Amino acid sequence: MVCLGLSSGPDLLTVFIGGRLQLSAGIAVCVTASDRLFQQKVVRHMVEIARIHIRDAGRSKSRSLSGQRWALIGGSALAIYGITRRSSLGVALAASGGAIALLGSTQKQRSRPASAWTSLLVNCSPLEAYRFWRDFENLPRFMNRLHAVTVLDDRHSRWIALGPMGRPIRWDAEITDERENESIAWRSLPGSDVLVDGRVEFRETPAGRGTLISARLEFRRAPGMSRAMAKFLNKGAHFAMRQDLRRLEALMETGEIPTTEGQPHGPRDVITAFMRFADPTRPIRPDSRLKDVFEGRRGIA
Amino acid sequence: MKAVCYMGVEKMTVETVPDPTILNPRDAVVKITSTCICGSDLHLYNGLIPTMEQGDIMGHEFMGEVVEVGPAIKPDRLKVGDRVVVPFTIACGNCFFCKRQLWSCCNNSNPNYWIAEEMMGYSPSGLFGYTHMMGGYAGGQAQYARVPFADVGPLKVPEGIPDEKLVFLSDIYPTGYFGAVNADIEPGDTVAVWGCGPVAQFSIRSAFMLGAERVIAIDRFDYRLRMAEEGGAEIINYEEVDDVVQTLKDMTGNIGPDRCIDAVGMEAHDCGLMYMIDRAKQMARIETDRPIALRQAIQACRKGGTVSVPGVYAGFDDKIPMGAFMNKGLAMKAGQTHMMRFMKPLLDKVESGEIDPSFVISHRVPIDRAPEMYKIFRDKQENCTKVVLDPWAAGAMAA
Repeated sequence: MVCLGLSSGPDLLTVFIGGRLQLSAGIAVCVTASDRLFQQKVVRHMVEIARIHIRDAGRSKSRSLSGQRWALIGGSALAIYGITRRSSLGVALAASGGAIALLGSTQKQRSRPASAWTSLLVNCSPLEAYRFWRDFENLPRFMNRLHAVTVLDDRHSRWIALGPMGRPIRWDAEITDERENESIAWRSLPGSDVLVDGRVEFRETPAGRGTLISARLEFRRAPGMSRAMAKFLNKGAHFAMRQDLRRLEALMETGEIPTTEGQPHGPRDVITAFMRFADPTRPIRPDSRLKDVFEGRRGIA
Repeated sequence: MKAVCYMGVEKMTVETVPDPTILNPRDAVVKITSTCICGSDLHLYNGLIPTMEQGDIMGHEFMGEVVEVGPAIKPDRLKVGDRVVVPFTIACGNCFFCKRQLWSCCNNSNPNYWIAEEMMGYSPSGLFGYTHMMGGYAGGQAQYARVPFADVGPLKVPEGIPDEKLVFLSDIYPTGYFGAVNADIEPGDTVAVWGCGPVAQFSIRSAFMLGAERVIAIDRFDYRLRMAEEGGAEIINYEEVDDVVQTLKDMTGNIGPDRCIDAVGMEAHDCGLMYMIDRAKQMARIETDRPIALRQAIQACRKGGTVSVPGVYAGFDDKIPMGAFMNKGLAMKAGQTHMMRFMKPLLDKVESGEIDPSFVISHRVPIDRAPEMYKIFRDKQENCTKVVLDPWAAGAMAA
């Protein structure tokens, strides 16, 4: 088990949980192995992994949380174990574990505006895509976080999105620039809950491949916005956008969004029901409640 | 209605669940008259493909009668009362991939595409009853099923031909045929087929249809090898020879088979140390698949030949002989079957009597016996090759 953890190549587990497995395996070795030299080697190996994780954390936003957390957990475990050893090796272990934990806990995520961009090839004409998007009231049909958009006049619209715990986030948007069948750009007006800039472009691709839709959204923390709200917007902005655009593709190409919500199934267990609830792609609705989780466990009729 | 539900590893039960309903405008509901257990369902039974959840309805090979259609389905495409075979892949018919006849790569039919993207980079189409990674659609080992994009997938079939000749158009017959098509068979070719399960049986017969001179089938069960022989193949029982690759060389004038078809997939069996290692790694979940047949196919294939992979692989495999693959100049083709490309032409072959697909059936049982049939099929008891379930047989009528 240990050797596998330390030496395995591109196996599934390594792909999925990579260094985390190695850290845990390393702790297991230190706890069980009797050979001191071997223990020291493993410790060095673990420090190296933790170092790489923390370095990665600085570079990539998506990995930063897990890297930090694991450095913190692994480091603390090592430190605690080291302290209980009451030997010179124990001191070394405790010191290195403490150092890892400290690094893990102090590494800070840089705060910057949340932005997301992506592009998507859709089998339709730029005209169709433009027309669909230009009617902003269509947007909540494929943007999960968006509750409603009301068009006020040709250039202005009122948007309501769903924030943490279903709290509404409101802003008024103004079209700042638009070219028919090519692009639309908009921004939120002063007094909004959130500062948002959006731009979407529609470009015909060669050989009848369809329309390339490129979208970019930028959120800035509005004065007075809570940290929780900023974090919420930051989290998964890119993922959410890709999800939204994939739903747009389905709508444009097939006239519907694929779903399995509401289909029959046998009795679920609580864990499965909870996973269904936590599914990041589930439509977020103001009436989502934890109670739904337990309703998932349907008795046999 | 009654449905076969996945309730955990090696635990299938028949549950009473609500009837399916129309959820999207292009849905249809089919009353199922025949449904089968597929070899690939056994990977789920053994718990080897991630993202199954307790309560999922199994099954992706089924046919029946349309009992309800959504508002967006035009009557000339499908209407209530039509007798249809439902393909196991779900396709929208209008995306980049469907337009290029790559139906099993449809971009729009998998609502959980993002899980598959984590594993594979991009997501293939949705499948019936085959993990949440592949869409999480309720399957067809039930009395009714909801069929999304029903104006694209289901093939209308004439009355007068019994179910058992038609139901395999839903998966294994086109899949076996696709395996042979992917092998790029040329006249005079020798084709080696790993495995003699139902898909392989159809690959063997399709290889001859496509012009192969010789087909060599490899398995370990006599009753399956005999069925391959009846299809015109020469056979190798790998438990009785020292080395499959060497035996193939000996049989083919040291050139090797021109085309190799791996109709085994992720749960291959073999003798020897390598097999034990793969098995242990798969149990420890550090290797998802046991690619023994694939390794042998790459080793055995003649230089410049083609390896076709209709067998199901799920994730990450070790010790694939890429050196042999590259230096021998091989080509490899694979994929879930692009069903809508093959169903109509293969239906024509059934109608003309060129082939009677029902030869693979070994068991016809009521749906209530499905749970025990999974075990019998997995353990190859009772000379089991293919199980057809009747959802409405006496004893299944209670619901």
